[in-house]
Amino acid sequence: MGVVKHRLFWPIAALLTLVVVNTLSRPQFIKVTVRDGQLYGALIDILRNSAPLMLVALGMTIVIATRGIDLSVGAVMAVSGAVALTIIHDSGNPDNLGTVVSAVVVALLVALVLGSWNGMLIAVLGIQPIIATLVLMLAGRGVALLITEGFITTVNSGPFEYIATGYLLILPFAFLISLTAILLIGAFERRTALGMLTEAVGINPEASRLAGVRSRGIIFSVYVVSGLMAGIAGIIYSSNIRAADANAAGLFIELYAILAVVLGGTSLQGGKFSIAGTVIGVLIIQTLNSTILFLGVPSAQSPVFFALVVVLVVIVQSPRVRQLGRRPRGATGSDGTADKPAKAEVGA
Amino acid sequence: MSNHGASPPGSSIVEMRGITISFPGVLALDNVDFSLRSGEIHALMGENGAGKSTLIKALTGVYAIDSGEIAVAGRPVVFHTTADAQVAGISTVYQEVNLCPNLSVGENVMLGHEPHRGGRIDWKGVHEQAAEHLRSLGVQIDTRTMLSSHSLAIQQLVAISRAMVLESRVLILDEPTSSLDRGEVEQLFAVIRELRTAGVAILFVSHFLEQVYEISDRVTVLRNGQLVGEYLIEDLPRHDLVTKMIGRVLDDLEAISEASNREVDRSGVPVLKATEVGRRGVLEPADLEVFQGEVVGLAGLLGSGRTELARLLYGADRADTGSISINGEPVRIGTPRHAIEQRIVFSSEDRRGEGIVSDLTVAENIVLGIQARRGWRHKIRKAERDAVVAEYMEALDVRPANPDSVVGTLSGGNQQKVLLARWLATAPELLILDEPTRGIDVGAKADIQRKVAELSAAGLSVIFISSELEEVLRLAQRVVVMRDRREIGQLDSNRVGLNDLIEYIANTSDGSAA
Repeated sequence: MGVVKHRLFWPIAALLTLVVVNTLSRPQFIKVTVRDGQLYGALIDILRNSAPLMLVALGMTIVIATRGIDLSVGAVMAVSGAVALTIIHDSGNPDNLGTVVSAVVVALLVALVLGSWNGMLIAVLGIQPIIATLVLMLAGRGVALLITEGFITTVNSGPFEYIATGYLLILPFAFLISLTAILLIGAFERRTALGMLTEAVGINPEASRLAGVRSRGIIFSVYVVSGLMAGIAGIIYSSNIRAADANAAGLFIELYAILAVVLGGTSLQGGKFSIAGTVIGVLIIQTLNSTILFLGVPSAQSPVFFALVVVLVVIVQSPRVRQLGRRPRGATGSDGTADKPAKAEVGA
Repeated sequence: MSNHGASPPGSSIVEMRGITISFPGVLALDNVDFSLRSGEIHALMGENGAGKSTLIKALTGVYAIDSGEIAVAGRPVVFHTTADAQVAGISTVYQEVNLCPNLSVGENVMLGHEPHRGGRIDWKGVHEQAAEHLRSLGVQIDTRTMLSSHSLAIQQLVAISRAMVLESRVLILDEPTSSLDRGEVEQLFAVIRELRTAGVAILFVSHFLEQVYEISDRVTVLRNGQLVGEYLIEDLPRHDLVTKMIGRVLDDLEAISEASNREVDRSGVPVLKATEVGRRGVLEPADLEVFQGEVVGLAGLLGSGRTELARLLYGADRADTGSISINGEPVRIGTPRHAIEQRIVFSSEDRRGEGIVSDLTVAENIVLGIQARRGWRHKIRKAERDAVVAEYMEALDVRPANPDSVVGTLSGGNQQKVLLARWLATAPELLILDEPTRGIDVGAKADIQRKVAELSAAGLSVIFISSELEEVLRLAQRVVVMRDRREIGQLDSNRVGLNDLIEYIANTSDGSAA
């Protein structure tokens, strides 16, 4: 009973169910093999491929905790990819590590500026988050196209490709990036007081301000972090396809990120948030994508299948359904009213 | 619904026996008996958290009961939903009216019971019948007007006439008068008395003792989830009622009053000296000095500028004129953070909107002030945090005594104590309390006043704002009177009485006050 009540019980259960279904249909799904001291397998692919969404969803989690939303993450991904690839492309020396590093640094600085722009609109000017980030969501891809001059910039750069496809020690480098981000954000939020202050601002901004919390600073910084995360995600994405595709990079990722946050049990109303929940939410989405491939669902129908599973997970997590599992105290029989969870039969 | 006719007057219509309801960690009702007779107005009294609303919710099918039984008109009943209770003839009018504000008055009165003609709703009949029901309550309004266009008082009367449409035998009025003015209360009471004559059993919950004495026939007192007793109102003097509610004698308040009746040394440098502090359109420039260990009351009507002055002093709103010195040092206070750095803290009158962070725990709410002051990098360590939380929860007697309960689930009085704890934990020099006792029960009120008296005697400076002038006079050594966004004078509260203060607020106006 105590386990079932845990916030993350249903997300974890959903994730495990997906893994079991996959393993039953194709046993090699669960197999992890070691080749040249590096890990390979479907599970490793999921960890590696989930990196962009993981980064974006982590940023989205703390944005949502402040009662905000960041719709611009996909566009920021496109911009950061475009900046990095254009620099590498124009350098004439794409295989030089220094070129790649400086390209990545510039791209991330641009992402920081874009995040700060969002933060400024929201925290300083007080514009509603959905409107403020919508501006950049729409304009960002235009900026990316401007940078790539309307073309899909492609490069052949060993060091740049390493980011998404390389291995460090035994694990994919991309996964290690997202793991670092998880640990860093987790540590910042929970080992310092930032998490509690963020939640306080999300639940009641005015009470927090009067309690002396720097609400503006916190709100500003979550958009900066979200922008930075999207920037890194954009680098990984373009490294993976070796190209800056301003139209396709990060398309709809804001929606998947929001979905991951919600699947992880963080409310869109702000306040209490869970980094661990978001991580599980991202893994559910990524595993689901693999499942669709694995089960051979025709690609035309895969969005429907995806949606069905997501709806199922969300329903299972909804407060009313969760209450169903709980027997009220002193209950002596069923009363059959799902919407009145606190109800018990009258004891004799 | 023929069984819903009026029962003979005086016969018992609702019998609740041995009602027990527990929530995780709290026994909300402990073996409580309650009976309600037709043709009586029965007041249910108790502090917040005494179990009044739990008892009402048990009777209206909102909460299930763990044990005990409920009988209506002699027949045992089990309510699963509020609809079950309504079918049994029990209707409730809450302080926040639960009608549809965007429908017309007539639609609200007749909702679900509209007369039909030829398979369609007979709208003319709806409004005729609604108007008739309202007229019987002495309300003459156009039933085609939108409900939201009417005052809360009228909306409550509409809710009552809706109960009449449902042919209710039991009408529960939960704090119906809390936002009504005197005239509206009179109108409501006239209606209630008429319903009593018609044999309806009325359960009345109110914080206003005077109204309880004015209208009730009988009173049941609850305390800490237990039944204290049932009394005829004429057998229970007011002092005894309050004593039964709070479980300790009113002498407490007397003691507070005496302790606060002391001379303050005003020869030194004031802790706070505000000169010409004001803001265009909000407050005319005002002066204020507060000395160490002094409680300064701010008195005046709502909108007189008392809250506005406090907010400017704290930086919650920015002053555009004037200067402030703390312990003789001139300081700039433009934001709450500046004030907190100067060890000035402020508890807003809007407890829910500007005070508590409702989804966080009691412990988190208490340490929020300290944590904000230290900054996010220096998280308060668990041992220190637990010690601070335990110390203040005990000092202020916060209940339930569980630091991990979510603060939004606490009663108003306990939320206020949590806020006070938050601020006291930051070791302030000047505590500004705006309406710290509004909407909370007698016991918590006394607790908070006692704490203020204790702390100020030990050297804390306090600015105390309250609509309850008795409180201001009891606690303060000096009262600053505000009117029309202006400071109009100061009184030595050790030397003036309540009537002098009321006189002063009302009369120096030259008749020009609104």
